Formats: sequence, structure tokens, C-alpha cells
Amino acid sequence: MLLIECPHCGPREQTEFTCGGEGHIVRPDPATATDAEWGHYLFMRKNPKGLHFERWFHAHGCRQWFHAARSTVTHEIFAIYGIDEPPPAIDPSKAGSQ
Amino acid sequence: MSRTKYSIFSLLRQARDYHRGWPQAWRSPEPKPSYDVIIIGGGGHGLATAYYLAKEHGITNVAVLEKGWLGGGNTGRNTTIVRSNYLWDESAHLYEHSLKLFEGLSQDLNYNIMFSQRGVINLAHNEHDLKELTRRGHACRLNGIDYEMISAEQIKQIAPIINISKNIRYPVLGGSIQRRAGNARHDAVAWGYARRADEYGIDIIQNCEVTGIDIENGRVTGVQTTRGPIKARKVGAVPAGHASVVGRLAGLTLPVESHPLQAMVSEPIKPVLDTVIMSNTVHVYISQSDKGELVLGAGIDPYLSYAQRGSLDVIEHQLEALCDLYPIVKRLRVMRTWGGIVDTCPDASPIISKTPVEGFYMNCGWGTGGFKATPGSGWVFAHTIAQDRPHRLNEAFDLKRFESGFLIDEHGAAAVAH
Repeated sequence: MLLIECPHCGPREQTEFTCGGEGHIVRPDPATATDAEWGHYLFMRKNPKGLHFERWFHAHGCRQWFHAARSTVTHEIFAIYGIDEPPPAIDPSKAGSQ
Repeated sequence: MSRTKYSIFSLLRQARDYHRGWPQAWRSPEPKPSYDVIIIGGGGHGLATAYYLAKEHGITNVAVLEKGWLGGGNTGRNTTIVRSNYLWDESAHLYEHSLKLFEGLSQDLNYNIMFSQRGVINLAHNEHDLKELTRRGHACRLNGIDYEMISAEQIKQIAPIINISKNIRYPVLGGSIQRRAGNARHDAVAWGYARRADEYGIDIIQNCEVTGIDIENGRVTGVQTTRGPIKARKVGAVPAGHASVVGRLAGLTLPVESHPLQAMVSEPIKPVLDTVIMSNTVHVYISQSDKGELVLGAGIDPYLSYAQRGSLDVIEHQLEALCDLYPIVKRLRVMRTWGGIVDTCPDASPIISKTPVEGFYMNCGWGTGGFKATPGSGWVFAHTIAQDRPHRLNEAFDLKRFESGFLIDEHGAAAVAH
């Protein structure tokens, strides 16, 4: 289980949170997107082995969304940042990226 | 290469010599410079693909590349359940084909895979469950798959350890049973396929990780591995939890996400359960192994992971439900828990498909329920590779469905059991 540092409430157990999956996915304009672009937006995921930027929701706490940079190999969390912030610069090799 | 035929007579012959004379079941060859077909992944699905390539399509210049040891991934980590009671026609036909192959597999492979058609029961704990199971039952009947709705009392007769009291948090209101379903020895499935594939001259190369896929003018030409480059006319990837990693080597982005899925066994006890019981609502499934251990399956962790371990809260959640439903297990100890990495698809259905790279095929996204499909998956994937077009049974499981929107939503039937 992860210990997640909520930016508003401090460190809390992972069971208080809902994982929102990959972050920073840009929604294409539905009026102009092709089927391929729309399918890519809806379903395709990077699913990296190593550094992953993902969204979390403090469902049983402050009920706020935020981002985390986490390793999918070691589960180590490198950074917690706001839901409207861009991903921080982190050396992917630190997260065991392949 | 001819091998000893396994039979009662070979067993007696070997017993006379204290079982010191058994020959090696398959070779450990060095990789050749080139093959007609390379299969990435030496789990059940990959080995089945290699076997059916040789048996059904006469292609024997094949190598199976496995980064670890044979069947050491999800093939050896699942809870061995085999069933075909799926909702949609596409899945029902594929899984039923697989179940039928399972029924004759021990004879076909000359290897006892210990397939036991002990029945699989699905429990209903509320009105919605009953309706969902009934709907699925109608769909199964129309597809010629055996499926019966049964009452709580009938379930109690089949499995006396279950608590059908109305006073528990999620009482058992009834359920469904597929009597032809059951379980099989998962390692034996991998070993049986490996032995027969090897007999056909297929090279099974372990400790050989694929680190790159060579593509020239949009066509695959070979792979880079930790044991050197190997040329190939066609490459079929069956990488389970590492689907995205292998896909990326070929420049593909896939709609799969990798999660840890856990299972566990209790200490062994005398026989108390001769069927498989699953509950989607309270999220627990149980069977008893021949050794007497209760084999229990938990759910997936919500976050992405490539570490083959899960969190304790998932196990706690599952054991709470277990103790409520089967009170006699309360004082049993959990002997082992383990995790495997499953590649889940948005529609809980697999991808068995050609890809934009010519000569490169993907078989992945089996999520939490790949074991039951092992023979069928290998059978249709071998066809897809050999003929360069999908078989009727897997054409709906194309990668393109994530553009066209023709998804095969099996979240209800897939649950977590595998």
C-alpha cells in the first residue's frame, strides 16, 4: 500500500484515495477529431514501466484532485503537484524507467 | 524429435528403475540466426501459439523467446479456473472454443493437465446480480453453452460450507452454475504445450529478453535480444503484463494498463469443496486444490504497477468477504500470497490482432482472465500469424475496435476470476 502526501491534508493511506490513472491527457476538439484521434484520447495509454505521471483524488478526505509522479517499478513517489500544474522534470532513470 | 510417450506402461517401466531414467521433456537450444516465426513470451498462450503453428499450419521453424523461465509469469500465478459463460457472442464463441480444446487437451498433448470439470458457481447477492446472471444465462443458452440458474438451497447442497443465512451483509440469493467448467493444473498446461512444441522441433529459448524489434519499411525483420539479434519473417508478441513495453518496441501505443492482481492459498485441509465458487459482488472466489489448500483470488490494485506484488488492503477486503460467506475458514491461516501483473483493456476483452507493422502481431490485454483461454488464444493466434488474417473467432478482437467503437464489454462476465 502507498503512503500518499495529499497537498491539502498531509500523508494519508492510499485507501483514502481513488487513482485517476494517467494524467496530462489532452482532450481533442470533438468537432474536428478523427475517429483515430478520439479513440487514442479515450483508450490509448502510455502505461510506462518506470516514471508515471498520474492523477489521484482524495475521496475520503478533502475531495480534491492532484497529480503524482510515481515509479511503477518501485512505487516510490517523487513529486506531488497540483491538478493544473505541468509535470515536473524528473530523471526517468531514477524511477527504473525502461 | 521423438520422445517417450507418457502412459501407464512408461510409468511402470520408469518405476522399475526408481524414476532415474526419465528423458528431458524439452531441449534448451541456442537461438538460431533466423526463424520463420518468433513468439515473444513463453507463457501458456505463447507456447500454445507455437504448438498450433506446428500442428495446424505446419510451421515448425519457430522460436519461443522467454525472458525468465517457462510459465513463470501469469501462467503459474493464476487460480486455474476454466469456464466459458460469457455474455457477448464474440467472447462466448472464443472461450467456448477454448473450453472444448481443454476437454481433449490431456490426450492431445499426451500430458496430464488434470482438467477437472467440477463446475463453476457464480453467486448472486442482490436483485441486480440475479438479473445479470439470468441475462447472461439466456445469452449462453443461445450460444449453446451449458448454464443453469440455481437456488441458494441447491448451492448449499453442492457446497455445504457456504453460509446461506439471510442475516449476513450480502446474503446468497441464488446463483448460476456452468457444470462443464472447472479447473486445470496451470503449470502442466505450459509444460504440456512446451513438450509437444519441442517435439515438432520448435526452439524454446528461456532467459532471452527481447530488447528491440527490427522494422524496415513498415515490415518486421527480426528482434534484438539479450542473447543477440535474431531474424524473423513474422513476430507474434504474447507479453501479458508487459504488453505496453513490447508494443512500444514496435512503435505501438496500446489501450492496456498494467495492474497487480493477487491470489493466495490457505494451509491445506481435508476436502471440503469440490467445485469453484465465485462472487463478483463481494469479490471473492474459492476452490480447493488437490493438496487441500483453499485457492483464493483477490482483486487488482487500482494503480499501475510492474512490481509483482500487491497491497494488503486488497487481501483484507477479500478475506472479510470470505469469512462472511464461509465461516469455517475463519481460523485457517493464509499460507502464501503472491501477485502477477495483468494487462487490462478498457472493455475487459483481449486484443488478438494484426498491427500497423506488417508481420507483427499482438496477443495481449487478457486482463484478469487469461488462463481459461490458453488453448483457444493460441489456436486463433497461430491462425492469425500463419494466414496473416484473423480467424472468424478473433476478428472482433482487433486493435481497431478502439477506433471504431465496436467494443466487447465483458466487465460483468470477466469479473476478476482467472
